[in-house]
Amino acid sequence: MDFDLSDEQHLLKETVSRWAADAYPSLEALEAARKARHGFSAVRWQELADLGLLALPFSEEDGGIGGGPVETMLVMEALGRVLAPEPYLSAIVLGAGGLRLAGSRDQKAALLPGLIAGEARLALAHDEAQARWNLFDVATAAQKTAAGYRLDGIKHTVLQGEGASTFVVSARTAGGRRDAAGITLFLVPADAPGLAMAPYDTQDGGRAADIVLQGVELPESAVLGPVGEGLPILERITGEAIAALAAEAVGAMDALHQLTVDYLKMRKQFGVPIGSFQALQHKAVDMLVALEQARSMALYAAMMVDAADAEERRAALSAVKVQINRSARFVGQTAVQLHGGIGMTMEYLGAHHFRRLAVIELLFGDTSHHLGRVAAAGGLVSAA
Amino acid sequence: MDLSFTPEEVAFRDEVRRFFRTEIPAGIRRKVSEGRRLEREDYVTSQRILNVRGWAVPHWPIEHGGQDWSAVQRYIFMEELMQAAVPIPLQFNCFMVGPVIATFGNQAQKQRFLARAANLDDWWCQGFSEPGAGSDLASLKTRAVRNGDHYVVDGQKTWTTLGQYANWMFCLVRTDPEARKQAGISFLLIDMASPGISVRPIITIDGKHEVNEIFLDGVKVPVENLVGEENRGWDYAKFLLANERTGIARIGMSKERIARIKRLAKETPAGTGTMWDDMEFRARLASVEIELKALEITQMRVVAAQATRDPTRPDPASSILKIKGSELQQATTELLVELAGPAAIGAARADHSAADWADAALPTYFNMRKVSIYGGSNEIQHNVIAKALLGL
Repeated sequence: MDFDLSDEQHLLKETVSRWAADAYPSLEALEAARKARHGFSAVRWQELADLGLLALPFSEEDGGIGGGPVETMLVMEALGRVLAPEPYLSAIVLGAGGLRLAGSRDQKAALLPGLIAGEARLALAHDEAQARWNLFDVATAAQKTAAGYRLDGIKHTVLQGEGASTFVVSARTAGGRRDAAGITLFLVPADAPGLAMAPYDTQDGGRAADIVLQGVELPESAVLGPVGEGLPILERITGEAIAALAAEAVGAMDALHQLTVDYLKMRKQFGVPIGSFQALQHKAVDMLVALEQARSMALYAAMMVDAADAEERRAALSAVKVQINRSARFVGQTAVQLHGGIGMTMEYLGAHHFRRLAVIELLFGDTSHHLGRVAAAGGLVSAA
Repeated sequence: MDLSFTPEEVAFRDEVRRFFRTEIPAGIRRKVSEGRRLEREDYVTSQRILNVRGWAVPHWPIEHGGQDWSAVQRYIFMEELMQAAVPIPLQFNCFMVGPVIATFGNQAQKQRFLARAANLDDWWCQGFSEPGAGSDLASLKTRAVRNGDHYVVDGQKTWTTLGQYANWMFCLVRTDPEARKQAGISFLLIDMASPGISVRPIITIDGKHEVNEIFLDGVKVPVENLVGEENRGWDYAKFLLANERTGIARIGMSKERIARIKRLAKETPAGTGTMWDDMEFRARLASVEIELKALEITQMRVVAAQATRDPTRPDPASSILKIKGSELQQATTELLVELAGPAAIGAARADHSAADWADAALPTYFNMRKVSIYGGSNEIQHNVIAKALLGL
């Protein structure tokens, strides 16, 4: 049992923290990046590439650095702290996750170098309007053709889909809409005929897109991983995304808690700092408790995300998401409350943390979704 | 970074686990598990079995019977002990007065008291709280006036847990009424057989006799029973309370109770099946388990950090463990009551028509309200964190 970081991990943490502090020292810097093309700073994304961070989770033979879940956790926590809008989660974790886990040598060779260099991006197009976080619920159809497959369907909430060069699209090659078997992943070029994208803002100041696939013709070589067995890959990708998101949430909560405590010390009413009031002190302490519980679960996620036993891994990551969601809601709401009016305004940085935390709750499953999964699994403690 | 135990730690865990489950009598462990009253002899039997193995006071200095264990080993030991429903070695002896005497006592006191405390030959109780001194402990009024080779002690102590079994009491007394609150307090060891001591039971809301009031009326205490220096008692009390934090979250106990609830849920009829088929009940149980898992890792983080901390100073992070750990202990007792349902209403049915664990559910729930009050109430813990960690 050891929570120490290796020297390399310390260095990584310092590097990414310094980058984050330089890149986003203020709300103005963040707003400027959000207004840029595709909702993030191309210059900052290139800096992350130059620092080697885009190569982090990929194996050395794939041209990467061979980092694991702890490394991703360190990066995501630092990005979360400053609400960095760069598409690390969407492109590196979600978009390239399937490629890393199931891609052929040729597929990786075609796509990873551009991604790692910061020149091309991938995005995962999996969610559908009816699915409500059930990964198996896929209606998009992949019809076998002489040359390969033809895709028809609508994908929702593709995170930072704009500007992606390739989508990883889930579609049914067999079975009914809610069957576990029969889902296949495809690599679909963004400029494929029949693919149309409708981008929009998200409630946390980010960007997403819906994608309509209408008779999109793909060659056999577009299949990512085994035909009909896409669900286990999607589960792995989503598990990794939950772990990454947990770390991002911890970063955001930590920053928001610090902002709140600073405000309690600075803001005066009735002639004294409001932090001298016990009612407010105790709420700030409850925020800390919620934050530390979330931090522990982000660590747990990093430890469990590669667990060999799929059932154990699934229950663990669902437990992580429940705790993250509950802590995120409590910390976010309490921060706004303790700030009073200023916490309600777009001109205050902490309000943007609150908005991001609210969206984090809804990504990859809300509290009742994941609580139901933990309950169905029989919980975490084995019966006596 | 690695949350798993080393092979050596796993071997250690298996060794203590096997010992607890084979050497400590099953009847005693069943009483602990079911929240039933332990007799004096149960505590003594269990602690002496541990002591023979050298495990009653593993955290003490080695020369007084401690073990050369790492923080992780100590953590594993306590967690396994609680999960096996072994009675925790008597807190007052092993985690309170023992470490104080070992650290601040003189040679004669160490020789006289430590081995007997480890073996539960002496049963110690804690004379800290008073009717007017609860959270504000330093406002205590019990006075000790020096008169030649002894002190004369007058006053009243309360909430004295298991004081009815005790033959010794460690007691905070005011020796300098002129000094500022904390400065005039001394740490005295008092023989409960001394003339002028009377013990009155307090029956708590679970209907049980666990705590007492103790009246001290002109009690003569030899000066040799002063620990450390006169008027330095507050420092020793703070050291003691820092020591008490070991395993304060009682995660092993909550895990043990959850495991038991799961087993009982599968045996408890409800509708056409059992309570285990009730997904709403299972979701509430899962909620508690998730918070408990998070707290377990929080505790591991505190344990891992202990290696580099000054062990005599309290870690403010332990206040987080106290707050959350006590809430979760209480939540597990609420689940137990919910599981028992209407069978929880009756107290000890003579015909045993209800499951025999059900009549202990409400008393356990009642009793566990104490855990957010004792050892510094949760509100006091909030104050500690606000000041020490947040700088408010």
